Amino acid sequence: MRELMSGNQAIARGAWEAGVALAVGYPGTPSTEILENIVAFKDDLICEWAPNEKVAFEVAVGASFAGARTIVTMKHVGLNVAADPLMTFAMSGAVGGMVIVVADDPGMHSSQNEQDSRNWGPFAKIPVLEPSDSQEAKDFIRYGLELSEKFETPVIVRTLTRISHSRSIVETGERTAPNPVGFRKDPPRYVAIPAWARKMRVKVEQRLYRLISEAEHSPINRIEMRDKKFGIIASSAAYQYVREAMPEVSTLKLGMSYPYPEEMIKKFAASVEELVIIEELDALVETYVKSLGIKCRGRDIVPGIGEFSPAILTEARAKLEDVKADTPKPVKESADLPMRPPVLCAGCPHRGTYAALKKFNPVVMGDIGCYSLGTLPPLSSLDSILCMGGSIGMAHGMQRVGEEKPVVGILGDSTFFHSGITGIINTVYNKGLSTIVVVDNRITAMTGHQHHPGTGQTLMGEQTVEASIEDIARACGVKRVRTLNPYNLKQTEAAIKEEIEAKEASLVVLKAVCPLYARKPVGTIHKIDEEKCIACGACVKIGCPAIEYKKGSKPKINPLLCSGCSLCAQKCPKNAISVCDEVVQNF
Amino acid sequence: MSKTTSVIMVGVGGQGILLASEILAQAAMLCGYDVKTNEVHGMAQRGGSVMAQVRFGEEVFSPLVQEGKADALASLEAIEGLRAAHYLQPGALAVVNTQQIIPVTVSSGLGEYPADSAERCESVFPNLKMFNAVEIANNLGNDRVANIVIMGALSTGLELPVEKWQEAIRKSVKPKFVELNLEAFEKGRQAAK
Ligand SMILES: Cc1ncc(C[n+]2csc(CCOP(=O)(O)OP(=O)(O)O)c2C)c(N)n1
Ligand code: SF4
Ligand code: SF4
Ligand code: SF4
Repeated sequence: MRELMSGNQAIARGAWEAGVALAVGYPGTPSTEILENIVAFKDDLICEWAPNEKVAFEVAVGASFAGARTIVTMKHVGLNVAADPLMTFAMSGAVGGMVIVVADDPGMHSSQNEQDSRNWGPFAKIPVLEPSDSQEAKDFIRYGLELSEKFETPVIVRTLTRISHSRSIVETGERTAPNPVGFRKDPPRYVAIPAWARKMRVKVEQRLYRLISEAEHSPINRIEMRDKKFGIIASSAAYQYVREAMPEVSTLKLGMSYPYPEEMIKKFAASVEELVIIEELDALVETYVKSLGIKCRGRDIVPGIGEFSPAILTEARAKLEDVKADTPKPVKESADLPMRPPVLCAGCPHRGTYAALKKFNPVVMGDIGCYSLGTLPPLSSLDSILCMGGSIGMAHGMQRVGEEKPVVGILGDSTFFHSGITGIINTVYNKGLSTIVVVDNRITAMTGHQHHPGTGQTLMGEQTVEASIEDIARACGVKRVRTLNPYNLKQTEAAIKEEIEAKEASLVVLKAVCPLYARKPVGTIHKIDEEKCIACGACVKIGCPAIEYKKGSKPKINPLLCSGCSLCAQKCPKNAISVCDEVVQNF
Repeated sequence: MSKTTSVIMVGVGGQGILLASEILAQAAMLCGYDVKTNEVHGMAQRGGSVMAQVRFGEEVFSPLVQEGKADALASLEAIEGLRAAHYLQPGALAVVNTQQIIPVTVSSGLGEYPADSAERCESVFPNLKMFNAVEIANNLGNDRVANIVIMGALSTGLELPVEKWQEAIRKSVKPKFVELNLEAFEKGRQAAK
């Protein structure tokens, strides 16, 4: 059947068709929907959210060692977290096919950094496959699992925002039933003690040679001869952009972008007048081609920072042809439009936390989640964001060197389970004094509301044990643990004051469910009484998108957006904001 | 039609851009075209500017539309269409909802919401259909279908038969909302006349 599918849907479908028995991962844009879509096949396979990518990876390794086919999914930074098991598993190697699906985000649409996951190929000496549309996304999962079994290696399928979140037509197929052989004891193969690891190390190099020969003949690497003036090597979405902007040029399409097919590249280079490498992010292929002594162009005509666009390709073409590209003129009517960055939703519980924190002007070491949206004005509440779970260690380090302002680390519930716990153990163990604020909205919100160990529900929809953040903190040795409602400003402020002043580490849980996840408003719609309002702007400073305010007038609450959280009312010095009884709620 | 048709859809996170692009993509596929779409999920959905792009034709390569090459634009908000105006070919159809959503940057004094958004649209888009889709949707009893009203208007500028649009709507929305959405679509077509 032909179906329109996003790259992520196609990957999920591909995994099911190829007989995957276990799919595991941790959410992260743009990879999240792979596991969300695989749930549709839960009668045929196991799928799980792990608390972080490292655990997810290890779960997949266990399944592979037992002979089952498995995929593990994550965003690019997730593989940094899982790098430790990756590097050693690359040596012991897979039994049941194991594909690591890693999703890059060139241009950083929803990420804290930009990195090119193709680098893991040469680093771990394992194959990297790069689909360039949804059909290939589906097909490469099966091919990757087969490669993985044939060469006893983990295989990376690298996708990107424009593959994962683009839709195109896919021909679906049937499922091959899984046939796990079960675990067969073989310590020299699975136990990475130095004596055996040295042997594994040699096998890795031998495997790489065999993989190069596979790459030379792989059906997913192909030379497409057209006009011979230019020959372009490209993979992934970049291949599509090239076909669009330069339909007449010859192409070498790399479906397997590591290891490189040396002979194929040499042959292609010899059959065109000028060789060009068009690759997004790092110049990996270009560096390799140049190491072969082959002249080529690439980085001189396309940038290595950010995402490619059709305009960049049109310009590249103009540079190759040595003409001037005609770029459309900017529209003057849109030059001064106000920016519209993403913001905390109306009624978001994180807004209460920031409104309370602001009072004490602390240094806030932030973390990654919806609460990152408190960074920009008017909340302007975060002083740093590094990596998931990083808030706690950073706060501790800063406090230890004698920072004078109170130091607070703030992180979300999903982030707490991801990598916050070891940081807390560290703070307590090393006698730190920082205050840790867990903004517990009962879900992994930023990535689109996924369950985690604190929600009491699994990816497959079963009820399960609900891990308690408070109990974990106490078990780590935190003596001062308390739980508050972030919609109650006075209480929250009082509690934060006490904990900041306390001469020991403390942990405050600000607990309230994300209203977007709960699909219900927090309370009743509020309105501003124009008579009472003195236009002081205090309510505007909490940055609620439902409060509309133009300079020189009094603020208004948009009833279509208001969630009735009452935070603005608590901020108003004139009691001008109250619940509104005429309007019918429509959330 | 051998050339590829490119459509840009813009709005504010939460307005239903993803469903709108899904319906167009389905309709094009039902007509037998090759289709590619793209949209950014995640961060962008929290009240920020959002864009979806749909391309269809005999064989479509890039999921991304080139600036200055789009054949039609639909905007669910009054200034978001202006923000994407550079994507549109000269003279191509622009459908713009008059609804204004004031960004937090404006409320906190970091920018100004133009008072003349309608005039600006008229001067930038020679082929403009601008109307209040929220009001039409409200009259149907649910302001959430404003996105489908806009799609109805957009459909008048694309060479896809109405039945295929309707079939696409049936495939893309929950059964209990099909009638409402079909009606919203039809009202949008009328509004564009
Ligand atoms: C290593 C890593 N994995 C995944 C992500 C993607 N990611 C960004 S925010 C987030 C979840 C945050 O959830 P939570 O801490 O509960 O905060 P909320 O968004 O619910 O406020 C995830 C998974 C990431 N940035 N880094
Ligand atoms: S999705 Fe939930 S947690 Fe995220 S900003 Fe909106 S209300 Fe807040
Ligand atoms: S009550 Fe006030 S702060 Fe809360 S959602 Fe409504 S307008 Fe925004
Ligand atoms: S805080 Fe109260 S008085 Fe001040 S602008 Fe808002 S509604 Fe008016």
